Amino acid sequence: MINPRQLLTLRNTRRVAQVFFFGLFLFFVFVTDLRYLKGYPASLFLEMDPLVAFATAITRHTIYMGLIWSLLLVLPTLLFGRIFCNWICPYGILHHFTGWLMGKGRAEERERIESNRYKKLYGLKYVILIAMIAAAVGGTLQIGWLDPICLFHRTMTTAILPAINLFFPSSVYVQQYFHVGAWAIGFLLFILVGMNVVIPRFFCRVLCPLGAFLGTLSTAALWRIDRDVTKCVDCDLCLKNCEGASDPQAQLRKSECFVCFNCIEDCPEDALSFKFLPKLQNEITKPAVPARRAVLGTLIGLAFYAFGRASGASGRNYDKKVIRPPGSLEEKDFLAACIKCDQCIRACPTNVLQPAGMESGIEGIWTPILNMKIGFCEVNCTICSQVCPTGAIQRITIEEKTGTGSFAQEGPIKLGTAFFDHGRCLPWSMETPCVVCEEVCPVSPKAIYSHEVTITKRDGNTMTLRRPFVDPALCIGCGICEHECPVTDEAAIRVTAIGETRSRERRLLMDGGVTSAVRDLEKRER
Amino acid sequence: MVIGIKHSLMTPNIENDPGSKPLENGVTRREFVTRLGATAALMAGSVIAARELWQPHHFVPGFEKQTGLQLPSFALEKNKMLPSMAIAHGAEHEPTMRAAIGALGGMGRFIQRGDVVMIKPNVAFDRPPALAATTHPDALRAVAKMVLEAGASRVIVADNPINSPTGCFLKSGLTAVASEMNLDLMYPELSRFSPLELNGEILKNWTFFHEPFKKANKVIGLSPCKDHNLCHASMTMKNWYGLLGGRRNQFHQHIHSIVSDFPLMMKPTLVILDGMNVLMSNGPTGGRLSDVKKMNTIVAGTDMVAVDSYGYTHLMERNLDELTYIHKAADRKLGDSNWKDSSYKEVQV
Repeated sequence: MINPRQLLTLRNTRRVAQVFFFGLFLFFVFVTDLRYLKGYPASLFLEMDPLVAFATAITRHTIYMGLIWSLLLVLPTLLFGRIFCNWICPYGILHHFTGWLMGKGRAEERERIESNRYKKLYGLKYVILIAMIAAAVGGTLQIGWLDPICLFHRTMTTAILPAINLFFPSSVYVQQYFHVGAWAIGFLLFILVGMNVVIPRFFCRVLCPLGAFLGTLSTAALWRIDRDVTKCVDCDLCLKNCEGASDPQAQLRKSECFVCFNCIEDCPEDALSFKFLPKLQNEITKPAVPARRAVLGTLIGLAFYAFGRASGASGRNYDKKVIRPPGSLEEKDFLAACIKCDQCIRACPTNVLQPAGMESGIEGIWTPILNMKIGFCEVNCTICSQVCPTGAIQRITIEEKTGTGSFAQEGPIKLGTAFFDHGRCLPWSMETPCVVCEEVCPVSPKAIYSHEVTITKRDGNTMTLRRPFVDPALCIGCGICEHECPVTDEAAIRVTAIGETRSRERRLLMDGGVTSAVRDLEKRER
Repeated sequence: MVIGIKHSLMTPNIENDPGSKPLENGVTRREFVTRLGATAALMAGSVIAARELWQPHHFVPGFEKQTGLQLPSFALEKNKMLPSMAIAHGAEHEPTMRAAIGALGGMGRFIQRGDVVMIKPNVAFDRPPALAATTHPDALRAVAKMVLEAGASRVIVADNPINSPTGCFLKSGLTAVASEMNLDLMYPELSRFSPLELNGEILKNWTFFHEPFKKANKVIGLSPCKDHNLCHASMTMKNWYGLLGGRRNQFHQHIHSIVSDFPLMMKPTLVILDGMNVLMSNGPTGGRLSDVKKMNTIVAGTDMVAVDSYGYTHLMERNLDELTYIHKAADRKLGDSNWKDSSYKEVQV
C-alpha cells in the first residue's frame, strides 16, 4: 500500500494542475462553436496572456475588455516567477509531455542532467521578444507568430481539429472545415514538438516570447529557489528533471526557472528550497541578453514594421481580397490589434473566415480574411466578434452589424461590395436563366435586383430571362451571392473589399450618397 | 528596454551601516525593504496601468462621430462705394490684372501692411502654361507683385493637385515664379491636412488642406477659366476643390452639390478669374493648343458666383441655365448668379 500522504508531493500537485489547465484549454477550444459556446469564456487563456495585454497596450494604447484578466498572471509572476510556464501554459504542458514521451525524459541519468544545463542559445527568446516589442512600438503586432497561446489556438483551429474531423467525420464539425494554408501551420507544430528530441522544452527555452516576458517579470519575484551551499554536495541531480534549464545546481537563473519544483524533490540532500527573499549573491538575476543582441533585436523589429508597411499592402496597394470580419478595425489598426490566434476562424459557423497568406502583406499573415468560395458571412451573426480577445474585431451587436434599431441612423456594417462579371454570368452571357444571387441576397430591400429582358438567342428564337444588378448603397458585402453562384470555380459575382465601412478611405459611395432604392426605403419608412 | 529590473541596493554589506545588518535569512534590512518595495511597486503599477488603460466597452469601427474645424471667413465687409466686380480687357497679364484690381479700388482695399496672404492657384494637372489647364505663371506673378506692393509680409501659394504635386507646380511654371518672388510654396503633405466640418448640401466632414490657413489672414483665389467634362466649367468656385484631400474621386457622384458647397466652405477675400486664355474644350485637362481660345479678359470680384456667371456666359460663351451648381449656390444665397445685378465696372487697357 502507498501512503496517500506520499502522493501529496509538489510534483503531483503540479501534475494535477497541468492536467486541469490542459483539459480546460481543450474544453475552451472545443466549445468555441456556435452550438456550444453559450457563455463560456472561450478566449480566457488569451485574455490572461500578459504579453497580449502588454503588446496591444503598446500598439493600441488601451487594454481591451477581457485583457484585464492578464493581471491574474502578472501579479503571481511578480511574486513567484514563471509558474505559468509549467503549471498553466497548455503549450508548455504539451512540450513537457511530448519531451518526456519522446526521449530525454527516458534517457540515462547523466544524459538527462547534461541536456538540462543552461545554454547561451536560451537567450534567443529575449531577442525575439525585444524584436516583437520594437515592431509593436512601430505599430505592427507580431507577437502572434510565437506567443504560445496564440500559436496553440491557431494550430488547433486550422490544423488539428480539421484533421481529427477528417479521420472521424462529424466529430468536430457538421461539415468538414477547410483552412487555407493549414498544412504550414500543422507542420510547424510537428517541427516545434519534434525539436524536443534535440533539446527538451526547445520551444519554451529557446523561442517563447511569453516565457521571455514572464522571465523578465520574475526578476522581481519574492519567492525563489534557494540552494543551501553548506548542504549541497554538487551531485547535479537537481538538473535531472529541471524543465527550465535554470542551473539550480550552481547560480540559479531565476528568469529561466519554470518553478516546476522538480529540483527540490530530486535533491537527495534537502539543499534546495523555495524561499521568501533569499540572498541573491548565488543567483544570476537578470536575463542573459548581451546589449548588442538587444540592439539587433530592436533593429530587426523596427525594420520588420518599416519594410512591411513600406510594401503598401495596408495602404494604397491594398488587396481586394482583404475582406475583414464585421466589426473589424480599419486595416492599420487591425494590424495593430490582431494576434493571429484565429479564435474568430474557430468560431465562424460558415467557415468563411480563413487565415490570410500574403493578401494583407507580411504583417497580416494568418490574420482572418473572408473567403466567399468556402463560406459567407451570416447576417445575423457576430460570434467572431464575441471571441476576439483584443478588439481587432470589436464586440459588436446584431443591431450594430445590420444597422437596425438604435443603429438605424448609421446603417449596416459593410464588408465590401459585390460586382458582376458579365462574361461568366449565365443570364448575361449564356442565354440561361439563373439569378440565384438575387434569391439569396439577405438584405431588405435586396441589394441584388433584376430586370426582365427578351433576348434573341443564337438559334434566332427569343427568350425572356432576368438579368441581375447590384445596388452598391444596399450591398453589405456578405458574399452569399458569390458563395451560391453556380459558377463555382470563379463566381460570376464576387465581393471585393471596396466599400467596407470600417475605413472611410475605402468607401465606394460618398457619405450621403443615395441610390433610388435607398430613397424608396426612406419614403416607405416615412 | 524591457529586460531587467535593477536591484541597486542588493550589493554586499558595509559593516557600519545600520541598514546593512543581516536579517535571519542573510539579507540586509535595506535590501529586504528595497526588494519588497520594488516588487510591491511593480504590482501596484501594473494594476494602476491596467485600470488606466482599460477599454471596458466596444465601439463600431468606421462609425465614430466625426468632428472637424470650422474655417473662418476671410471676406471683407461689403463696401457700397466701390464695385464688387471688375472686368478688364487687355493683351498682357500684368496690365490687365492691374486694371481689374484698380477698378475695384486697388489692392490696398483688400491687403493691408503685414497681412499674410494665401493665393490659391489651380495647378491640378501636370501641364505647360500654354495649354491653359493651370493658373498661368504670369497671372500669379502679377497678383503676387500687387499683394507685396500693398505691404503683405508673406505670400503662401498652395494647392492639392490631381497629378503629382511636384510635377504640377514645376511644369505649370509656378515653382519658378515662387522662387523668383520668394513666395512660400506649400506642397500638400499629409500632415498639413485636418478634418473640416461643414453643413453643406453633401459636404459634411472632409479632410482639408488646413496648414496655409493657420498662417494666412487673407485669401485670394486665382483660377483659370476651363471647360469641365462633368460639371461643364471649372472657374473660381470649383478652384476650392484643390483644398480638399482624401477620396476626392467620390465628389463626381454629386459634383454640382459639392461645387455649390464651396462658397459655403470658403469665404475668400477676393477671387480672380484669368480669362486671358480660356480652355474651351477637352477640359479640365486640355492637351491641344486648339482647345485654347484667347479671350484677353481678367475678372476679379468678391462674389465668386457672380464672377463665374460672367465667366460662363462671356468667356466660355455658353448658356448659364445648364450650369446647375451656380443655381444651387444662388438658391442658397451664397452668391448672385446674375452678375449684372452686382455693382460692376468694365475697363479696357
